[in-house]
Amino acid sequence: MRSIHNVWRKSGALALLLILIVPVLAACGGQPAAAPTTAPAAQPTAAPTTAPAAQPTAAPTTAPAAQPTVAPTTPPAAQRGGRLKILYWQAVTTLNPHLATGTKDFDGATVILEPLARYNEKDELVPFLAAEIPTIENGGVAPDGTSVTWKIKPGLKWSDGSDFTVDDIIFTWQYCADPATACTTKAVFDPIANVEKIDETTVKITWKEPNANPYISFVGPNGMILQKKQFEKCIGAAASTDAACQVANLAPIGTNAWKLKEFKPGDVVIYERNPFFRDADNVFFDEVEIKGGGDAASAARAVCETEEVDFAWNLQVPKAVLEPIFASGKCDPIAGGSFGVERIVVNFSNPDPALGDKRSEPDQPHPFLTDPAVRKAISLAIDRKAIAEQLYGPTGEPTCNILVVPAAVNSPNLTCNRDVEAAKKLLEDAGWKLNGSVREKNGVRLVVSFQTSINPLRQSTQAIIKSNLAEIGIQVNVKAIDASVFFSGDPGNPDTLNKFYADLQMYTNGPNNADPQQYLQGWTCEERASVANQWNGNNDGRYCNPEYDKLFEQLKKELDLKKRAELAIKMNDLLVTDGAVIPLINRQTPNAKVKALKGPTYNTFDSNVWNIASWSK
Amino acid sequence: MAQYIVRRILIAIPTLLIISFVIFAILALAPGDPLAQFALNPAIPESTRELIRIQFGLDQPWYVRYVKWLTALAQGDWGFSFGTRGPVIDLIWQRLPQTLIVVGTAYLIAVLIAIPIGVISAVKQYSWFDQVATFLAFIGFSVPSFFTGLALMLVFAINLKWFPIVYNSTLNLAGWDGITEQIRQMTLPVTVLVVQQTAALTRFMRSSMLDNLPLDYVRTARAKGLADRMVIIRHVLRNSMIPVVTLIALGIPTIFAGAIITENLFRVNGIGQLLITSIQNSDTPVVMAITFIFACLTVFFNLIADILYGVLDPRVRYS
Repeated sequence: MRSIHNVWRKSGALALLLILIVPVLAACGGQPAAAPTTAPAAQPTAAPTTAPAAQPTAAPTTAPAAQPTVAPTTPPAAQRGGRLKILYWQAVTTLNPHLATGTKDFDGATVILEPLARYNEKDELVPFLAAEIPTIENGGVAPDGTSVTWKIKPGLKWSDGSDFTVDDIIFTWQYCADPATACTTKAVFDPIANVEKIDETTVKITWKEPNANPYISFVGPNGMILQKKQFEKCIGAAASTDAACQVANLAPIGTNAWKLKEFKPGDVVIYERNPFFRDADNVFFDEVEIKGGGDAASAARAVCETEEVDFAWNLQVPKAVLEPIFASGKCDPIAGGSFGVERIVVNFSNPDPALGDKRSEPDQPHPFLTDPAVRKAISLAIDRKAIAEQLYGPTGEPTCNILVVPAAVNSPNLTCNRDVEAAKKLLEDAGWKLNGSVREKNGVRLVVSFQTSINPLRQSTQAIIKSNLAEIGIQVNVKAIDASVFFSGDPGNPDTLNKFYADLQMYTNGPNNADPQQYLQGWTCEERASVANQWNGNNDGRYCNPEYDKLFEQLKKELDLKKRAELAIKMNDLLVTDGAVIPLINRQTPNAKVKALKGPTYNTFDSNVWNIASWSK
Repeated sequence: MAQYIVRRILIAIPTLLIISFVIFAILALAPGDPLAQFALNPAIPESTRELIRIQFGLDQPWYVRYVKWLTALAQGDWGFSFGTRGPVIDLIWQRLPQTLIVVGTAYLIAVLIAIPIGVISAVKQYSWFDQVATFLAFIGFSVPSFFTGLALMLVFAINLKWFPIVYNSTLNLAGWDGITEQIRQMTLPVTVLVVQQTAALTRFMRSSMLDNLPLDYVRTARAKGLADRMVIIRHVLRNSMIPVVTLIALGIPTIFAGAIITENLFRVNGIGQLLITSIQNSDTPVVMAITFIFACLTVFFNLIADILYGVLDPRVRYS
């Protein structure tokens, strides 16, 4: 009797366990599980929980009902079609490029949206929505640099079938010009005083002040144009907080070859053909998929060894890992252009902790790095070739210039071969004598602190440089800082690159558009980071040279492109020969594609998938 | 009993508040910036980043942000993600199915494997079977998932090409093809997780059985002439399950939290992957939501485990 009782009790307990667990699992699992399986077509971006949100994404699906009349006839080539599979190790989180938080978002948006023009792999402009590139010769660019007039292609349509108009361009400017929208791309819209409609296909941009770079706005990844109809109510704070705008950010209507089919933020985006695309007949792939996540090394394996994907982005993996993967012969690496120059910044101010608040302030000269002989000796002693060959492999090449792109401004004048003897002689002549293994002069010892972010590649580079400098009698104490701190710009943290509480620091940077003015501004006296500007100045080395500033003033005023390039080269040469900064490696975004895929190119100033509409297999 | 439950729930409320406060404080005080990727991009100057911080409410002191977060949560609003600029809760709903199916399956398999192994190991203590099981359990314990994951990937996905390395969350599961493909892509991540979880559970089950085997009631049952199998299954196993069931119940919240390393390695778009990418990108609202939901589940399953314990073991009484 008793045991029966116990059996009852215990089965009751197990039943209770099941009763408690099953509904929890069901409640949590059931609802979302239904979303991707039952309705894979349009709405996954529309949250399964918020019902009204579904409308805006559903809207575009109603329009293509008109398809048959407009849509292209069946593709002629039999092989055409299929899905283009792209793998990024960072996942796309939004498709509104103006609210992007990373390259992956710009690239994800590129499949749908277009700017007026884009840069190609040779850093030349290619018209996209524009009919032609405006120049002074064709009258598009005002000779005094005050305005630029763009003509758009006639008959352009959005993927919902409505007409693309000049108003959409004007709207995109208004959207980002409002500070409350908090566009990541705001800086490219800042120089604009007004955008006006001249006629149905012509738009005129007037600048606040004469602008030497007429292609700053509506060009490249920062210039993609949003549909006014879809985003009209999203100007200001509503851009991020309004439910309809949140849905729109994840499902923009565009003009490029594909439109959104399904989007799981932080995971995968699937695009399908846009029947209203102007050149729909020549688009090869029916669908495009951008999958995100994982790590760069296995992304390389997925394209080169298992061939699960056609294209993988930015395979920043140590050479020793990457080369054997590439050796399989099933894929082609695509690298070129520049993703930035890995450089050593020299601190011209004194980072001595004894100075307290005055530490690394521009008015505190560095005890020995202000001596040009020491800076030049450091540059001469570094073995750039070894760093490039042993560590970077296909992802970087040695460079003597701090400004390497576009090709027109890449100075041909400088060499930077390693010469240990010359470096020693420089130091000897300047009075730095060996005392034991370290040189000194007037009691000042050449002991430098050298900081960078935590990254295996950078720590290996630090090690090479440490041994290089030891050879010439400079002792290096290396320090590595977590990247999220080092690059944070957090005024409360002592370890940021902006504060630069060290003698040398290393990171990558480069111009972000084909005009180098903004980038070159980072070495002017005015830009020196200090307490006064909350360390927001771009000149973290606190370099200040009136000669350089004079050249920069000239560059600001110069409107002739050829003369600008000459000035930029002059400035680059001055910075490097003066040892203001020590360029090391021109880094390249190493993408890879399967052999059969045609079309992908490297790109410096635009998206890696800038020409995706023309890719084929 | 009812009184006990009510009291426990009342205690849970301040506990959860304190947990949320501590997590929020840690996140707020940790360095990081949602736009850190753009730190050096001259196209996104500091002034623009400042505007975005204001839009995200990051210009206010963290305790003000905490109060705002809490009041919004009280109204059912989890906030919007800095990365997607969309509601946080949508992201979590989108991720949960993948996590439940991968981590949940692994947990289920682990339980189903671990219990019989633990029982046999205990009954035939120091036998050949026990030695092998112990050896494997120690391997499972001590080899980290990122190693087993990479090793399995290298052998079975890259060299043998039996399984894919890119997890596809958009499969159409309506047909057999989709289901087979789903099983194929789940195999490796599930195996990695099973190896780990089985190891722990086996050891637990084994020691629990060993505690019970020498007890008087077992000898009595045997003396009464019951078959050995009967004694083990009816009597020893039942009693040994008491601590194991509580352990299993306590492990359930971890299913919802996902498996950070394994998910990331195999590109399973689960909660664990969402959590780690959100931490990396300083996407505070998402991190807050996941950790807080996890805290709630832990507290809840703790309560369930305690109640179950009382139900399973009549000697335990709550007052």
